[in-house]
Amino acid sequence: MSRLFVARNPRVAARSLDGEMMIMSGRDSTLFTLNRTATILWQAADGRTPLDEIVQSRICSEFDVDPAEALQDAETLARELAGHEILQLSEQPIAPSSTPPTAAGDPR
Amino acid sequence: MPELIAEVERLSLLIEIGGMPVRVNTTDPGFLAMLQDRYAGYVGASQEARPEVEFDVDLIAPANSDPDADVRVSHRSGRWSMQRGDFLAEWEPASRRGWIRQSANPYSIDAVLRIVHTLVLARQGGFLLHSASAIRHGKAFLFAGVSGAGKTTISRLAPPDATLLTDEISYVRKDVGAHGHGYVAFGTPFTGELARLGENVSAPVAALYLLRHGSENRIEPVPAGEAARSLLANVLFFAEDEPLVQATFQAAFDFVSQVPVYRLTFLPDSRVWELIG
Repeated sequence: MSRLFVARNPRVAARSLDGEMMIMSGRDSTLFTLNRTATILWQAADGRTPLDEIVQSRICSEFDVDPAEALQDAETLARELAGHEILQLSEQPIAPSSTPPTAAGDPR
Repeated sequence: MPELIAEVERLSLLIEIGGMPVRVNTTDPGFLAMLQDRYAGYVGASQEARPEVEFDVDLIAPANSDPDADVRVSHRSGRWSMQRGDFLAEWEPASRRGWIRQSANPYSIDAVLRIVHTLVLARQGGFLLHSASAIRHGKAFLFAGVSGAGKTTISRLAPPDATLLTDEISYVRKDVGAHGHGYVAFGTPFTGELARLGENVSAPVAALYLLRHGSENRIEPVPAGEAARSLLANVLFFAEDEPLVQATFQAAFDFVSQVPVYRLTFLPDSRVWELIG
């Protein structure tokens, strides 16, 4: 069974405020507010750690959930976030981008 | 033999909003007079000042175009392109030069100026905001909300000791002056229903109020996350440009981390101003 790797999309702007993670799409300026699980996933999405390890170490340790069910939910969530271009998904580790995810960009 | 080619006189006007001079060149005296009237109070005192942007206006015959159509702003090869049904414009920041093609009306150039100011402000950590604003006791207060939230009403109710900066679009930039922190609000000629130009003055921003009509006058603090969301919902933004989206996003969060944001529920009477300032 292949493993899934997740990475933060460097083309979005992200800030955490009072524990609330907000992300704005650089493409169409849509603003997203992540729930607790999505925030954990976003913060752990370094492109190197497989999703199942993130679920095991970060989600199952925080919530009282069945690991298999948690992984399935996390995959669904990751695909949803990828659909909004917030996360990148791959069956291979994802190389880090030179653009930090929270940078203010290069205003001209 | 008489000279067949007459030299056309170039007329010029410096429009200074938010301390940023924009020069507009035209060959049409009537259009120049229209702009002088439209931007009265914002025409630069020194016509010799070096403008941040200089536009040559190419006037064309009026066409059946929709001024309410969506604005399209894009960046390519160092140039910003701006267009709506009633105008087409380009601006090259490196040379500070640009042009506008429009008919002789004040609305098209007004839209171009708003766009250019949002682009310049974004790279400086500022923004234009859908909000009324006023100065009272030396401090600026912003009143944000969508159409119908009460921007015009709160402006109309302002007491005589308040100086109205705008009833529609506030101009906010980072304070780079002596204090070096916080934000400053400037007056703008961008009007709403009140149709009254704001005073061309500025003051440090003391608070942002999110307007809501209600059955009593009440002020409540707004949690930071909600404040940021509400601010972003009211920031004027036109460009489909990732770096600018990111800059504006960061500017909104920086603003709410430094300026208190409140929910202002109010009755439509002047007593609400007893809570302000």
